[in-house]
Amino acid sequence: MLRKIVFSVNDARVVFTGNPLTRLIDVLRDELKLTGVKEGCGEGECGACSILKDGKLVTSCILPVGACEGSRIYTIEGIKDTDKGRCIVEAFRDGGAVQCGFCIPGMVMAAYALLSVNPDPDEDAIRRAISGNICRCTGYDLIVASIRLAAERGGDLWR
Amino acid sequence: MPINCIDDKVVRVDAEAKARGEAMYVSDYSFPDMLYARMIRSDIPRGTIDSISVPQLPDGYYFISAKDIPEGGKNELWMIAKDWRCFADGDVRYVGETIGLLVGPDRNMLDYLAGRVKISYTEQEPAVTIDDALSLKGGPIVGEDNVLCSLFCEKGEKMQSIMDRADSVFTETIETGFQEHVHLETNGALITIEDGRYVIYVSAQCPFYVRKSIAGLLGLNPEDIVIRQTTTGGAFGGKEHFPDVLAGPLLVAESVIRKPIKLIFTREEDMLYSVKRHPSKTVFRTALDKEGNILGIEGTIYYNCGAYLSASYVVLQRGVFHANGVYDFPATYLKGIGVATNTFPSDAFRGFGAPQTLFAIETHLDHIAHKFGFDPAEYKARYFIRKGGETVTNGHIIEEVKLPEMMKKIADASDYYRKAREYGIGSGKGIGMSFYNHGGAFTGNGEQAIIKAHARLVKTGDRVRIEVGSTEMGQGFQTALRKIVANALGLDMDHVDYDNPDTSLVPDSGPTAASRSTMIVGKIAEDCALEMKERWAEGDFSVEKEYQHPEGHPWNQETFRGDAYLGYGWGAACVEVEVDRLTNEVRTTGIWTCHDIGHAIDELIVHGQVNGGVIQSLGYASMEKMENRKGHFKQSSMSDYVIPTSMDFPHQEWFLEDNPYQWGPQGAKGMGELVFNGADAAYVDAVERALGITVTKIPIPPEDIEEALENA
Repeated sequence: MLRKIVFSVNDARVVFTGNPLTRLIDVLRDELKLTGVKEGCGEGECGACSILKDGKLVTSCILPVGACEGSRIYTIEGIKDTDKGRCIVEAFRDGGAVQCGFCIPGMVMAAYALLSVNPDPDEDAIRRAISGNICRCTGYDLIVASIRLAAERGGDLWR
Repeated sequence: MPINCIDDKVVRVDAEAKARGEAMYVSDYSFPDMLYARMIRSDIPRGTIDSISVPQLPDGYYFISAKDIPEGGKNELWMIAKDWRCFADGDVRYVGETIGLLVGPDRNMLDYLAGRVKISYTEQEPAVTIDDALSLKGGPIVGEDNVLCSLFCEKGEKMQSIMDRADSVFTETIETGFQEHVHLETNGALITIEDGRYVIYVSAQCPFYVRKSIAGLLGLNPEDIVIRQTTTGGAFGGKEHFPDVLAGPLLVAESVIRKPIKLIFTREEDMLYSVKRHPSKTVFRTALDKEGNILGIEGTIYYNCGAYLSASYVVLQRGVFHANGVYDFPATYLKGIGVATNTFPSDAFRGFGAPQTLFAIETHLDHIAHKFGFDPAEYKARYFIRKGGETVTNGHIIEEVKLPEMMKKIADASDYYRKAREYGIGSGKGIGMSFYNHGGAFTGNGEQAIIKAHARLVKTGDRVRIEVGSTEMGQGFQTALRKIVANALGLDMDHVDYDNPDTSLVPDSGPTAASRSTMIVGKIAEDCALEMKERWAEGDFSVEKEYQHPEGHPWNQETFRGDAYLGYGWGAACVEVEVDRLTNEVRTTGIWTCHDIGHAIDELIVHGQVNGGVIQSLGYASMEKMENRKGHFKQSSMSDYVIPTSMDFPHQEWFLEDNPYQWGPQGAKGMGELVFNGADAAYVDAVERALGITVTKIPIPPEDIEEALENA
């Protein structure tokens, strides 16, 4: 079953022709070479493949590309050089949030999604927002602190 | 800014590339004409292979197995022994044992074909547990008694005479379960041929281990194979020897196919078919007088090693050497027995055998304290070992032991004494405390006799390149080592380079394991830097040095007597919990730790290691249940093998006890494993007090708490 699906990724128009059940992560990584999207579990449990779909945080490993018709998709590659993306990346760097790094692009996306709707989150709100993103290295404390740092440093950027 | 003091704040060198999604993990590499591989594995735990039926393969697809090993090659992976086969041949010994590799251009087609490979077996009864192995269920797997490895060590008066005069002997069996590493990046490797040489890109801790392990498959020398470590997305010991199990079959396939081949495990494969932490069973017999003083402890420690030895003997040794925790008892007799079972081989996992016995001794001492009505933490503190104290291997503690100060720090911060008194036993609230240590680097004289680590610095103009075989896997070593070298040279860290190792370009610095990289390799690199600084005006040159072992600390690897470790990391943890009496759900309400790691090279990195190690340990104690039924692991995904999320444990309070180590760079000791070694016991202590139960087995998820309550 071949189908044509049109959507945007990081503001570029993408025309996908193929099986609509193809996982979005495979389109992003294999065809568009957006390898900042990581596959950690393949079942929507770990959040390493998190992307923004129409402003919402979703796991691209359980999203069929057929569900993306007309959607605006952003991956880490699409936000890393924006003011907001840089703010989060630098806060993660300075706050000691990064160890092995495999979960981190997904964590950055989760932080982006959170701060976009809640510019001044407390610890509890941050922990809730990243509860779908598993990290095996850090124990989360420094990720939480780094997201708080991004909120403080970003200030009006998030409002 | 030049680094003039090791305490200067620096930015972690790999953070930005990782956060921007630009760091290249092995799955991110692709080459023209690259093929993919899929492993075909045993689906029974024990039996003989009667036939392997492979479907008609389309053009460009291959099935690689033991028969593809060329003449002159041997079907063995050389880890510590050579018993682990690259491909099962004739018989299978565990579920998931590699039988073959399907290779071809399309992954969906490989999945389809894999489902059509039919292997018929004559099945035998498997031995799965330690008890199965000891009762020789299904007949011995190894030798006549299923014992893969064993050792003992003793200290003080003969145990029998102590038992004879004791007022009571308290016997208790304490068990720990499998634990899966769940590094967020699954195992993966990619092989290609460059300039006529086999080149392997791999997510691995020990690139030099890989080439040594697999070269014999093709009758090659290790130097004939180039290993390039790719950015490694977590390892925790799971990528110490296990990458050999991917690289070996890939090498054989490459010798036939001669195109780039990539093998990346799915999470399900990584869960079901990779090494785990050794399950353990420790039987303590403790001789006591009327007042509850310990006269002597006899411990028999069993580790479930799985079907092959891999690193088990070394893991077991560390388990035995840590089986008296941080205490100095008058007499001990400790015996370790590693048994063979038909489960996936157990292997290295952060702590390397120490967490199992440290949990056992802590919990056992808590139970003795409760019997005699003592506060467990105070009771344990009576026995803290001191500088000069005799270890279980008849060696001595060389450094100051600051456990009393560390205990005070966390007791004050947590308000331990008030809470312990107010909560009492069975109130639903509990607070617990544990103490632990971790011997730094290889045991005894292993660094000198076996590893002989090298490090090299190369000066080009005003830049210095670090050449070592040690790897960054998330622990922060690239930053720590650059900081050590920059500090010794008085250079800006930006002028010091350190790339992921390529075995054809760097000297062998030994494995990135045993909490040895900063302590050992860091020291060699620092010594190189100090010489380079003296000779700075000489122009472009390099300095290479080999590890020098301090004199006067004998060790006998045959009898296991002497100074097992020159320096230990020390830890104290306090955990507070509240238990829902209806659901048995445990909410952790406070975590306080204090660690002595010598002097910290970088406090922010240490902070992250402490947090992460402590949470892994709490997961081990509370929720990470990996069951094996009839040889099959029951948990196959991150939804049924649950590891801690950001919601499961609260913010941690952490302290360091500064205690510079005389032989470490800038006073640093090992720390990566230490921080895993003890929070589990503090958690269980707290849960026991909250509910008035006795726990002798971890993990203890809510359903097991229910069982313990029924037994109480």
